[in-house]
Parts: sequence; structure tokens; C-alpha cells
Amino acid sequence: MRGSSIRKGVVTAYVALYVAILYFPVLLLPVFSVNDSATPKLPLTGFTLKWYSGLASNETMHSAAWNSLLVGVSAALLSTILGICAARAITRHQFTGKGVASGLIMAPLILPEIIIAISLLVVLLSVGIELSLLTVILGHLLICVPYSVTVLVSGFEGFDPSMEEASRDLGETTWGTLRRVTLPMLAPSIISSLLVTFTISLDEFILAFFLSGTEPTLPVYIWGQLRFAAKLPNVLALGSVMIAASLVMLTVAEIVRRRAEARTAAKTE
Amino acid sequence: MAEMIEINQVEKHYGAFRALGPVSAGIAEGEFFSLLGPSGCGKTTLLRLIGGFDEPTVGSISIAGMDMSGKPANMRPTNMVFQSYAIFPHLNVSENVAYGLKRLRLGREEERRRVDQALSQVELSGLGPRMGNQLSGGQRQRVALARALVMRPKVLLLDEPLSALDKKLREQMQVELRHLQRQIGITFVLVTHDQYEALAMSDRIAVMFGGEISQIATPKDIYQSPLSRQVADFLGGMNFLTAGNIATAGEQFSADIPGIGKVTGKLAAGTDTSTAPVIGIRPERLRIVWEGESADPVISGKVADRHYFGEVTNLAVEIEGQEKRLSVVETNDFGADDIPIGSPVRLTYDKDAFVYMPN
Repeated sequence: MRGSSIRKGVVTAYVALYVAILYFPVLLLPVFSVNDSATPKLPLTGFTLKWYSGLASNETMHSAAWNSLLVGVSAALLSTILGICAARAITRHQFTGKGVASGLIMAPLILPEIIIAISLLVVLLSVGIELSLLTVILGHLLICVPYSVTVLVSGFEGFDPSMEEASRDLGETTWGTLRRVTLPMLAPSIISSLLVTFTISLDEFILAFFLSGTEPTLPVYIWGQLRFAAKLPNVLALGSVMIAASLVMLTVAEIVRRRAEARTAAKTE
Repeated sequence: MAEMIEINQVEKHYGAFRALGPVSAGIAEGEFFSLLGPSGCGKTTLLRLIGGFDEPTVGSISIAGMDMSGKPANMRPTNMVFQSYAIFPHLNVSENVAYGLKRLRLGREEERRRVDQALSQVELSGLGPRMGNQLSGGQRQRVALARALVMRPKVLLLDEPLSALDKKLREQMQVELRHLQRQIGITFVLVTHDQYEALAMSDRIAVMFGGEISQIATPKDIYQSPLSRQVADFLGGMNFLTAGNIATAGEQFSADIPGIGKVTGKLAAGTDTSTAPVIGIRPERLRIVWEGESADPVISGKVADRHYFGEVTNLAVEIEGQEKRLSVVETNDFGADDIPIGSPVRLTYDKDAFVYMPN
């Protein structure tokens, strides 16, 4: 009894320490972003919102944020659409080369990103394609699709294939079945896939850095700002805004996902 | 009656493996037809071929006189009740039933009328607004049935529709399904591995083994006149006897059975007499001769074991000359459940109780 309560205490302390080390630096971000000092140092000198108001008038930052949004939304949508197709093929059909195909889809997960970035850059330049947001989107697609496929494969596995057959049996076409049965049933997985891939794209740096040309995304912009010590508080403010936005987005998406899941979950008896 | 479904030399291969066939069969209009067999016998494969979920590798199927080759499930006059029921959980009961009607563009009034009619047919009136994922097993089965029937198919396909229900509900649904089929008069094709279900519901049964149909006949003929040992063994109990001098003449057969004597019987129509036969008798065709009763013929034996099943008792009786004990099923109204193990017992049988089957 005594031994187990000591062990419990040790585990609790370990978890507390682990969580603190993980999140303490992130917590410092909003704290220093409202500190009236150009350097993020203790002690705090006073409260200010001037770093935030500085953001509001920074047009370079606005265009970088817009670029990131554009890239993130495009990558998320395309990756999820491709993911639906791939996941359907993997779970519902038997074909030769299926193992190889799914392996190739997953490969970018384990390839070093810098290698992918350099190879893509070399190929794009040699083919003569100009670097733009489009090339960033394509690069992000490469690393997003594996996540989409993983999430959507489990979505497809979670619902009875005879539902799609029942739809066909009741006279519906392939497309009608997709629209009226498959997509509604997959809604929770589709939302998860969109969310995960958007988040990955939003904070992806290496590919964006190599492939974005003259149109930086937010992470590339932030990296550029870090060279100027005076801009650091602005970056901290931007980081805080991004954290807040992520939290709001995650919460909303999770609520929507749970609703969709409650609607499609088969009753467990 | 006209043939509703014609299955013509159909085979289904998966790579080098032949899962089905060749099978041929005709299913009449308005018939309740069952495909009965153990798992892996190809019965579900055949049903899926009829429904258009798979295409035969060889052969053809026609429904209502039309060749179905190349026609997918949505272009066939058939509807299916799936084993899992496949109720759409994101739709309510009415929307589930109306699912196929939506494409027909009947107009709101007519659609509603047909949904209500289908729901009342399966006794689910008033359950329309309930969501698909809030139904009990029995209710889901009824919704699946209504959803298929509302399409007014020429043929209703049922893939083990009762296997997920508990025994009491299953027996009740057997009666209801049979009643419903007589009422609406369309062809039902049922897949089941449950022999009692097939016997209780069908007009005719096709018994399948190893991808082929062994016998197609009425429940009574399948049970009383099985055309092979395999069919006899799959449907109910059968005592296979050691026998000598098995001979056939015309429609009759005779055999010498050690411990029982010389028996004769009638050959079932279509019996194959070219292969080695076996003689058998169903356990319920053997009866105990109680003390003070007289009977002819009589078999003497000894009770070796006894199993009580409520309404009946199953006795294992040792008789001289037979290696295997005879299984005897006796109702309990005369005290078969109290016969001491090891006591002598006398048995009798009807003259036509013995069955001749190709081994």
C-alpha cells in the first residue's frame, strides 16, 4: 500500500515536471508580448499593447498571414480530397501494387524534410517552374497527404461497407452514394483531416522557405524578423495571436467533429 | 408459375479460386426460396450475384425475363436486406425508408404515403422521426425490410436477416416474414445457415456445399428424402447404419442391417444409384416400445446415454451389430426422461422410415 502511494506521487511529480517544461516557454510568449520592454527579460517593466497595435499596421506581416491562410486552406482541401480517394481505394478495393502505393504515400513522413525541399527545388528550377505560393502548396501537399490518408483510412474502416452497397441497391448512383452516404458518414474524419493538414501547413517552415520565392508565408516571415532584435516583441505578439487562433479553431473543430460523430456513430449494444 | 429468376451455369472465381459453381436454378414468381448451407458454401456469393453487387465470372442470371449481365445493383428490380441491416445512422427512420424513393421524384405526398405504408407493413408506424442509430436490433431489421419493400422490388433478397436477433425474436420474425411474403406475393430469396429457419419459411430450399447446389426441393422432401449423405447430415440428425446386401429394384431398395434385420424402403425420386449408398433413419422415426405394449418389428438395445432437452429427450441406444449407437428422439410425455442409463430398451419404427442415400 505504502509503496504504491509513493510510486503514485513520483509519477504525478514526473508528469507535472514534464508538462511544465513542455508548456512553460509557450506561456512566456503572451506574458512578454504585453511587457513594456524591447527585450524579453525579467523583471517585467510594465503593461503595454503597443506590440499588438504595431502588428495591426504591419502590411508585410498581413500579406504573409494571408499567404499562409491561402496555402493552408488549399493544402488542407486538396490533401483531404486526395486522401478520400486514396483511403477509399485502400480500404474498399483489392489491386496489385496496393502495398507499394500506400508505402509511397506514407514515405514523406519518414524522409527528412530538408531533403524533400532541396529535391523539389532542384526539380522545379530545372523544369523551369517559377517559385510561388502554388509550389508551396504542392510541397505541403506531399507532407499533408499521409496524415489525411491515415485519418481517412480509419474513417472508412469505421463504417460498414454494406451501407454504400445498400445505397446502390436502393437505386442510387456512385456519385449519389458518395454524396448521400459516404461523405456524411466520413464527416468526422474529414473534419479531422482538414484540421490536421491546415495546422501542419500553417507552421511548416522548411518547404515554405525553399519554395515560396518572393511570397513568404508566416513562418518564413517570422524567421526573417528574428534577425532584428527590435522586432522581437512584435513577433511575440504575433505568436500569441497565433496560439489564441489555434485554440479557438481547435475547439470549434472538435465541437463540430463530435456532433458529426454522434450523428453517424452506430449504436453499440 | 413463371420463372422470376433464372440462374444459368453461373460460376464466380476469385483469382484461381472458384468460390461458386457451376450452379443453375430457377426461382418461381412469388416463391419463398432459401439458399441453405454451412459458411463458405457460396450461398452469400450467389445472392450477391443475383443482387448485382458482383458479376459472375461465367454464366448468366436473368430476372423477370431480362438478362442482368452488366447491370449493377441500382439497375435491377431487386432489393436487399443486409446481414448488418446497413441502416444509415445519420438519417432518421422515415429518411432511411424514403432513401430510394428520393430518386423517383414521386412528389412529397406520394412519397410520404408510401413510407407510411411500408412502416405500417413492418409494424413500425410512429417510429419515423427516430434516428437510425437509436434503434434496437429488431427495429433495425424492420427498417431494413421497409426500406427495401418500399421500392416495390420484383425480388427481395435477404442475407441472413435473422442471425443477429435472439432466439425468441428470431422465431417471431420467421412467422412474420413468411406472412409478409404471402401477403405481398413477391419472390423472396433468403440466405441462411440455419436449417430450421429454412425449413420453417421456405417454399423450396437449395442446399449448397463447396460452391455447388446439392439439392433443390421442398422442405419436406429435403428433410425426408435427402439425395445425399451430406444433405441428410446437414439437416437434422440422421443415424447412418452399418448395412449389407443393399439392393435396388425399380423404386424400391432393400438392405440387411445387423441388429435390425432386413429392411425395405422407397427410393426418393432422382436418387443416384450408381455410387456406393448408405442407409439411415432419422432419430425421431425410432420410437420406444413401453412395457405392456406390443410392436412389430422390434429392436432390442440398451440405453447408453441420455440428454434432456425440455420437450424431448435424446437417447443413445446400443444395439448388437451396430458400431455406432442409435440416436433416438422421444417426447417426454411417457417418461423417456426417466429411463435409467444402462437399462434395456425396445425400439420400433415405421416400415418407410429408412432412407437410401448415395454416400
